[in-house]
Amino acid sequence: MVPFFAYVTVFLLIPALVVVIGAFVSGGRPTLGNIRALGQPAVTSALWHSVVLSAVTAVVGAVLGAVLAYAVSTASPRGVLKRFLTSLCGVLAQFGGVTLAFAFLATFGATGFLTRALATVGVQSGGGLWLYEWDKGLMLVYLYFQVPLMLIVFLPAVEGLRPQWREATETLGGSTALYWRRVGGPILLPSFIGALLLLFTNAFSAYATAAALVSQGSPLLPLQIGGTFTSEVILGRENVGKAMALAMVVVVALVMTAYAVLDRRASRWLVR
Amino acid sequence: MAGPVSGQRAVMRRRQNAFRWAVVTVALLFFGAPLFGMLEFTTRDASGHRTAATWSQLADLGTISQRYPDLSAGLVASLWLAVLTVVMMLVLLVPTMTWVRLRLPGLSRTVEFLCLLPLTVPAIVLVVGLTPVYAWVTYLLNGSAVWLCFAYVVLVLPYAYRALDAGLRAIDVRTLSEAARSLGAGWGTVMARVILPNLRTAVLSAAFLTVALTLGEFTIANLFSRTNLQVAMYLLGKSDAQISVAVGLAALLFAIAILFAMSFVGGQRDTVSPLSRLRRHRQEPT
Repeated sequence: MVPFFAYVTVFLLIPALVVVIGAFVSGGRPTLGNIRALGQPAVTSALWHSVVLSAVTAVVGAVLGAVLAYAVSTASPRGVLKRFLTSLCGVLAQFGGVTLAFAFLATFGATGFLTRALATVGVQSGGGLWLYEWDKGLMLVYLYFQVPLMLIVFLPAVEGLRPQWREATETLGGSTALYWRRVGGPILLPSFIGALLLLFTNAFSAYATAAALVSQGSPLLPLQIGGTFTSEVILGRENVGKAMALAMVVVVALVMTAYAVLDRRASRWLVR
Repeated sequence: MAGPVSGQRAVMRRRQNAFRWAVVTVALLFFGAPLFGMLEFTTRDASGHRTAATWSQLADLGTISQRYPDLSAGLVASLWLAVLTVVMMLVLLVPTMTWVRLRLPGLSRTVEFLCLLPLTVPAIVLVVGLTPVYAWVTYLLNGSAVWLCFAYVVLVLPYAYRALDAGLRAIDVRTLSEAARSLGAGWGTVMARVILPNLRTAVLSAAFLTVALTLGEFTIANLFSRTNLQVAMYLLGKSDAQISVAVGLAALLFAIAILFAMSFVGGQRDTVSPLSRLRRHRQEPT
């Protein structure tokens, strides 16, 4: 008991306090200056980029992942296809950072195989520079871990759909479209939105992939925070980093709370 | 499924099969392209021909540690980190969670909250908060990369907690420990010889998650300027990209193979979301 609480205090609660208190302190005195510094254009645009990137990849990833999850759920439950896809996605969902950046550079970079393949059929993709832009390349790269994560999170919900419900619909004369609109859809909706929120926080908190891929500028909030470490620290600047960190925690905490509420609603149909 | 299938149902089944294969093929193309890109990149020589030089070099561990000392140092550091993180995670969590179950059920909410708290703290934020703590770690111990294990335990806390919680729920901790105690076992024996063996699967899956997360960690190590495997790959990627990409691809394929093999061992993994599991746990009559 004691080691656990001592450990959590030192390595989790103290860091949390450092961030929260540091956000309101500058040069040893309480101030709102760090919070006000969040209004700087560099920070607001980074926050905006982060939110847009996370939202777009969450929505697209959730839709694609849901379709994939449904397709997988129709396969035989102990079959090789399903085992393989869930293991593959289990790894890819956690597969961020350096390797992911390498993989996309080797595919879409200036000498990547797809870039060259496209060039031979006459499609020029601008030397692969688009890959480094947050609203083009990064979105595609983020989808590479968002779609697998959606499969992992959403598959149990899709598998919770009982065949009896579909048969009941058919017995009462309902079509496939009617089944999805009036039975399957409403049952899956809370799980879907919950998974979408999880994907949002996943993309929002990601640092490693963007750091390994983007070498110039800091278009995203995590990169801005990382920048306060690596750049020459101007006095008081590291506490602006804490204010940015606090802003991130606030966003993530809000989304996770919404997730917890939805998850409670969703699991009504999933008790097995 | 006995008996002849009606015509309408057969049409539906066929349509479902076609849909499944179409979706899975597209997905595999998307997932496979970057992996193929890595393979293609590492088997390319300066003049554009195929060569297996990078991979044969990778298989020869002796030369690797000579020619790329940073890479092997990073790999060694990451392996140590994995071991240390797993051990610390188990030492901290298993006795605490068992004890809470047996003696202090009132604390279970607090422990659960603390363990799930890192889910709302992105790694980059943890770095910000841990900076002063790590100044002390460097002062009291040293600046070696292996001490990152303190931060990694926090990172894996939610995942390990979920895995162990599922395992503990599946066994009757109270009866087992009372039986052992009445036969004269001390608490140490109860833990090591009764609780842990019964938690085998849960401990294994918690350990696997921990190892996977530790080997793939980049954010904290990079910002604290300590060289683990990922940081070494990142740095090497700037000078000798091929070997670096090959290491990344090998690690990835290894992880997929392990997970695929594990899906055949053990029972069906419970993939219900963490929060619904926890809630269901609370509804249990005690």
